[in-house]
Amino acid sequence: MASVAYQHVFKRYSAEAVAVKDLNLQILDTEFMVLVGPSGCGKSTALRMLAGLEEISDGEIKIGDRIVNEVPARERDIAMVFQSYALYPHMSVYDNMAFGLKMRRTPKNEIETKVSQASKILGLDNFLKRKPRQLSGGQRQRVALGRAIVRNPQVFLLDEPLSNLDAQLRVETRINLQKLHKDLNATFIYVTHDQVEAMTMGDRIAVMKDGILQQVASPREIYDDPANLYVAGFIGSPKMNFVPVTISGSTAKASGFSMQLPKAPGIEAGVLGIRPEDLTEVPHEGFPQIDMKVEVVEVLGADQFLYGKVGGDDMIARLDPQFKVSIGDRVRLNVNMRRIHLFDVNTERAIL
Amino acid sequence: MSSRPPAGAAVAEGAAVPARRRRVRSLEASNARFAYFMLTPALLCLALVAFYPMVNTIVTSFTNSTFGQNTTNFIGLDNYTKLVQDPAFRTSIWTSVRFTIITVVFEFVLGLIVALVVNSSFRGRGVVRASMLIPWALITVISAAMWKLMYNQIYGVFNDILVTRIHVLAANVDWLGSPATALPAVAAIDIWKTTPFIALLLLAGLQLIPGDVYEAADVDGAGKIRTFFSITLPLLMPSILVAVIIRALDALRVFDLFYVLFGQRPDTTTMSIYVQEQIIYFGKVGYGSAVSVALLFIIAIFIAIYIMMSRWSVARS
Amino acid sequence: MSAATADTLPQQRRKPVKVGKVASRGLFFLLVGVILLYILFPFYWAARTSFMPDSDIYLTPVQYWPNNFTFQHYINAFSETTFVRSILNSAIVGISATVIAILVGSSASYALARFNFLGRNVALYLILAMSMFPGISILGSLYTVLQRFHLYNTLYALIIVYLTFSLPLMVWIMQSFFRGMPRDLEEAAYVDGASQFQTFWRIMIPLAAPGLATVGILTVMGCWQEYLFALSFLLSSSKWTVPLAIANTGANQASAFQIPWGDQMAETLVVMLPLIAAVLILQRRIISGLTAGAVKG
Repeated sequence: MASVAYQHVFKRYSAEAVAVKDLNLQILDTEFMVLVGPSGCGKSTALRMLAGLEEISDGEIKIGDRIVNEVPARERDIAMVFQSYALYPHMSVYDNMAFGLKMRRTPKNEIETKVSQASKILGLDNFLKRKPRQLSGGQRQRVALGRAIVRNPQVFLLDEPLSNLDAQLRVETRINLQKLHKDLNATFIYVTHDQVEAMTMGDRIAVMKDGILQQVASPREIYDDPANLYVAGFIGSPKMNFVPVTISGSTAKASGFSMQLPKAPGIEAGVLGIRPEDLTEVPHEGFPQIDMKVEVVEVLGADQFLYGKVGGDDMIARLDPQFKVSIGDRVRLNVNMRRIHLFDVNTERAIL
Repeated sequence: MSSRPPAGAAVAEGAAVPARRRRVRSLEASNARFAYFMLTPALLCLALVAFYPMVNTIVTSFTNSTFGQNTTNFIGLDNYTKLVQDPAFRTSIWTSVRFTIITVVFEFVLGLIVALVVNSSFRGRGVVRASMLIPWALITVISAAMWKLMYNQIYGVFNDILVTRIHVLAANVDWLGSPATALPAVAAIDIWKTTPFIALLLLAGLQLIPGDVYEAADVDGAGKIRTFFSITLPLLMPSILVAVIIRALDALRVFDLFYVLFGQRPDTTTMSIYVQEQIIYFGKVGYGSAVSVALLFIIAIFIAIYIMMSRWSVARS
Repeated sequence: MSAATADTLPQQRRKPVKVGKVASRGLFFLLVGVILLYILFPFYWAARTSFMPDSDIYLTPVQYWPNNFTFQHYINAFSETTFVRSILNSAIVGISATVIAILVGSSASYALARFNFLGRNVALYLILAMSMFPGISILGSLYTVLQRFHLYNTLYALIIVYLTFSLPLMVWIMQSFFRGMPRDLEEAAYVDGASQFQTFWRIMIPLAAPGLATVGILTVMGCWQEYLFALSFLLSSSKWTVPLAIANTGANQASAFQIPWGDQMAETLVVMLPLIAAVLILQRRIISGLTAGAVKG
């Protein structure tokens, strides 16, 4: 079984510097799990603890049913693709991929079979004799993948594998990685700071910040149902609009408008969250209206974004590109009440 | 299926940790074990080749061990009291110190000049740089032989030029023979051999100084000399310190040159020669060991001074 | 860099600077010439002497170019078995000492560079301190140790004893070398299934080859030069290394009063020429090795 479990895992460098705080995360067999968050949020540290490259300060990490805290990296049956690829410069592509198998004393003919299999999948057949310095970035990345595939491990760990590639290659590789995941039917754990990668690739996403797990859910759920302010603002581009409101009963009052909430949230101050696409120029029944003074208009072919002020608050709206609007206009926007969010001071949301 | 931290999650360190708390140190422990394993051969050799002999020397310095005699007795600090009163020992220290000062000063100044020259680009610079390694590559004993020939009173080249050809000096000088010129003459050999090496070290330091520092000085209107003293020299300080201390340590310990050229002469006895004289020539192993320890002590003082100076210069930057 | 100054000077100022520049340029090259002369003259003198018959060497006025060329000294040099044998001995000692230094020192350097453990700093300073020992101080005790192991008057004695400088040199250079390598490679090897030792042996050592080569060169050169220990621990002339053989040139000959300059210079040149050639070829390596440790302190 190739599931992975973090149970109350901590990583402390000193009394003040805690990189990972009480991480509890369950990753299912054959799942593609993405750990996402800004630099320094602890995602790479969590990955490295699983790999056996960092000491686990507290808690347990399990691979399958096995607690691996005391198991050295080489016996954990995992493979890792590093951000820098970490290919052995003095070895050929073939030897790079064969290295892991050689360390496990695999017989020579078996090594050959496995390496050529992997090489075929990744299109490396022509490069087997070359050294890493003779390869392009994309080719090196494939070799790093090949090195991992060849060992047929229980879990694949990938640490920001796309960050060193140019934009086009990144898109290509993203697709190839997803295909690879399906073909290999293995557990993938993927670390990135890019929320687009997270949303497109993951079966589930785990958002981290400052060493604390913020939310774990499918991309759809994270988008529609963010657990807190941070997740709501992190996922989705352009960012969700945040409007500070005071609430009495079930009325929320912002600086530029007030509206009736579906139910009384029981708090007096909060932050209203509205995604740009949930503001529309088309009136609907039950949609409250707000007025925006437009400051910037961005037309992007299939979309149109309006940046402006509602009362004293900055907001962004995504509208139909055919809607004619110019800078300085006052636009009446309709708020999709079914999709707004309300956040207590940084902790929870009360309404969908 | 989503999981979110409970409202007001207590995420203070250690607050929500369950009863079973594991202090795991396996990675560090295994690394440490590996490191010790890797270090052992080196440490064993060290013990055999350096530390056991060192301890042995120290122990012997408290005895009256003499070559050829089978019985050795502890005599406490007698050797050391003799040492402190020994005029020959003091002379040897003075000789070593004089030699060190002359060589280090000249090597530093000349080395700096050569480094500055080679630092600027000119045609043939590679050739000069390459040739700078040659004296250093030379075996000390061989350079001693070469220079001995040149210093010869009768058919040596120096006397030939200075006396016969240019008539700067009146009569042939016995450079190595007469006490007045012996030390400077030997120093000249060491300077010849080591200046290029020092120049290389300083050159490396010079090339570490970024070009824009000079440009800024230029813009500020600093002349060449001003630039040198206020900018180049201070930035070069770390390299200078390293070069000076390496040379000073070597100069204090010098043996080869003096032995090959002078042997056991009293006016050119450095500390190392004195030790050798006592132990090997006279066979006074116990006393010689005491002198050895004294030598080691003097070296250690210099090293301590160096460490203090480098800490001080690092603290300043 | 300094070209900027010339370009920014106003037109009127250019002329005097130009004249000054020619003069200073000439002075500069004069200085370069002096430096070259200073460095190379003794070699010229040695070469000159080696080609002159003995009688001419003692003549005054001194000849700057040999009037009578002779190869006799070179023939003498090559027929003197002590000398020829000494070259072989030095080579054996140099290569063996280097091999041992690499074996013992590379593992120590790796441990010191990569791992944090109790006593790491102490070990590092101890090893480096070993190079500061005055050789003379431990001479007597080393002699006793070698006697006990029956190594006196053998080349093995030297090979072992030279660790006093080859080991610290090795650690000095390789330690900073290993430090400079990215950790990714070791981590990738661990994940791939290599033990710490396998990682060291199969990944780090091959990549450290340039550093090892530098240390090897410097070690061989150091062994070649060493005089004190060779003098003290080698008795029979058949075991002599090069410094001993040259210092004792013609010691066996009848005329013990006059130093056989010609022969000695010939031997000198025979040894030095290949050495100089090697140094020139390997100079980049050598310089980087010498300055790496020194400049970084």
